[in-house]
Amino acid sequence: MTMIFGVPMQALFGQLLLGLINGSFYAILSLGLAIIFGLLNIINFTHGAQYMMGAFVAWMLLNYAGIGYWWALLLAPLAVGLFGVIMERLLIARLYKLDHLYGLLLTFGLALIIQGLFRNEYGVSGLPYAIPSELSGGQRLPFMFLPNYRGWVVVASLVVCLATWLVIEKTKLGAYLRAATENPTLVQAFGVNVPLLLTLTYGFGVALAAFAGVLAAPVYSVNPNMGADIIIVVFAVVVIGGMGSILGSIITGFTLGLIEGLTKVFYPEASSTVIFVIMVLVLLVKPAGLFGRTA
Amino acid sequence: MLKRLLLAGAAGALMTAAAQAQTPVKIGVLNDRSGVYADISGEGSVVAARMAVEDFKAAEKGLKVEIVSADHQNKPDVGASLARQWYDRDGVDVILDVPTSSVALAISQVTREKNKAFVNSGAGTADLTGAQCSPNTVHWTYDTVALANGTGGAMVKRGGNTWFFLTADYAFGQALQRDTTAVVTKNGGKVVGSVKTPFPTADFSSFLLQAQGSGAKVIGLANAGGDTINAIKQAAEFGITEGGQAIAGLLVFSSDVHSLTPKVAQGLVLTEPFYWDLNDATRAFSDRFAKTFNGKKPTAVQAGVYGGVIHYLKAVEALKSAKDGGQVIAKMKELPTDDPLFGKGTIRPDGRKIHDMYLFEVKKPGESKDPWDLYKTLATIPGNEAFRPMSEGGCPLVGKS
Repeated sequence: MTMIFGVPMQALFGQLLLGLINGSFYAILSLGLAIIFGLLNIINFTHGAQYMMGAFVAWMLLNYAGIGYWWALLLAPLAVGLFGVIMERLLIARLYKLDHLYGLLLTFGLALIIQGLFRNEYGVSGLPYAIPSELSGGQRLPFMFLPNYRGWVVVASLVVCLATWLVIEKTKLGAYLRAATENPTLVQAFGVNVPLLLTLTYGFGVALAAFAGVLAAPVYSVNPNMGADIIIVVFAVVVIGGMGSILGSIITGFTLGLIEGLTKVFYPEASSTVIFVIMVLVLLVKPAGLFGRTA
Repeated sequence: MLKRLLLAGAAGALMTAAAQAQTPVKIGVLNDRSGVYADISGEGSVVAARMAVEDFKAAEKGLKVEIVSADHQNKPDVGASLARQWYDRDGVDVILDVPTSSVALAISQVTREKNKAFVNSGAGTADLTGAQCSPNTVHWTYDTVALANGTGGAMVKRGGNTWFFLTADYAFGQALQRDTTAVVTKNGGKVVGSVKTPFPTADFSSFLLQAQGSGAKVIGLANAGGDTINAIKQAAEFGITEGGQAIAGLLVFSSDVHSLTPKVAQGLVLTEPFYWDLNDATRAFSDRFAKTFNGKKPTAVQAGVYGGVIHYLKAVEALKSAKDGGQVIAKMKELPTDDPLFGKGTIRPDGRKIHDMYLFEVKKPGESKDPWDLYKTLATIPGNEAFRPMSEGGCPLVGKS
């Protein structure tokens, strides 16, 4: 067998593929964060809690209403997105004129409250959520056993990321959005309802987090702290990609998943810190991030 | 967040009319009420303590018992300062439960300093009755050595003679790997590899793939709580057990398995000192427990709090005072233990409570009749074989003969 640095080639391929799968979660989550930051200038610390809510809503739909995975993939993001819209109208909309820090404090506090409420109700051990029967089982690839569900995660996240990018970069709606970020007063003067645009954008970013939550429910433990663990990594991804850069966050998400995957082979103890090391290096060389615009 | 709840005392209230002189006893249940161990200990341990006071008929026996509880957040400094406050200001006589080994060791020290009593149920480290043993501490429910003996020994005997460890990268995980490795090699098995996983880890697939590649017959999970749940869930997804490798959970509680469901955890072999469905007495207790606690069955840690409170009160009743903690603990060691959940047992001079441990296997979905029908018993490990012999623990209280 061919070896690379003492690791068999085949094992390495397997690890790269797994890295790509984890990268999918990073990509969807950081995409949502990047959109919200890019258009609303809000550092959305509630993102992790909203990701957790997506997984919980999927569980509730199944256990209280008998609605399965596929509908949950649609309904959970809608429900959590609606929650985001209400949050934006009632609270966040009041902070646009203030410093970033206020938004950060508000969303961080909300995240703690939401997690606490879920913990009180459902405990910390987590809830069971099975892989849908259509996607159970797996493929025996030459270098590894790939569960079908993991393959689906990569495909679904690529499709969602690309679709979002296309909408923002290539459609008229996207053009309004980008214009509203640059100069809201002028866009409003042209008769575009800017506050509504911002509300919907926030709702959409939140819905993306919930979508990732539903994707994660069958493979990770569905528990109230699941978002708190991942959100810090995702923030690092956004910083590396460049705050507010849509394409940057997608590419960085997948790439860092790969790098993390490799670290798990060569030096597993560092796999939880490697992303932060990269963040420090990138900030030293390019403070605006790899794809960020310098302000 | 310093959350203190004033609870129970109901037993005492019943007897206020009685004219007899009463011995006041204040019990403090200190554990994790919001973090990773909140489901294995948490409020359920307080419920168990309250039930123990009722079942002991403390009021009729002249004891006026009050129960308080608090959250140590799995932090030794938070736990130690709560314990000092309880002992110095609030008149607490005994602290129970305390999961998380580092916090437990800190509480043991504070308790010794103040000459109070500490009956631990939730923590794993065998050092509590080893190098760091104390005349004021009893370790009730389980410890890392007993877990390693039970699961490690049993897996090797069933033919699992090559091991690969997934080890949580902190003191507890490494201790568990060390103790299990000793048992595996003693029984003629071999450890072919291990990987230290960051704590906590959400995605274990990469590490599982390495374990799969090692060709080891057994994958030992030297971790706990959410890490264990994620690892087992993903092992099922990647078809590890179907491929002929067995998973050995070195610290698994029934609440973890309940959360995973038998479909995912089936075939998992694990060691516990208690399971709600062991016999008539445990079933009767667990049904009552579930009625007052949202239908949840008690975990081994919560059962240990129940057994600990019963035996503690027995010692206080004999002494007619709870004030001298060292004396109460000495009395606890002197009296034989007997409660409905752990049966008859003893407490050794080093503080180790001795009772049988059980080797369980998680049922297949077809065998499990309801969501809490989780285990079948593979073997009963007699108490004197399950725990580390006193002479090997290095406890300074025990004179070398």
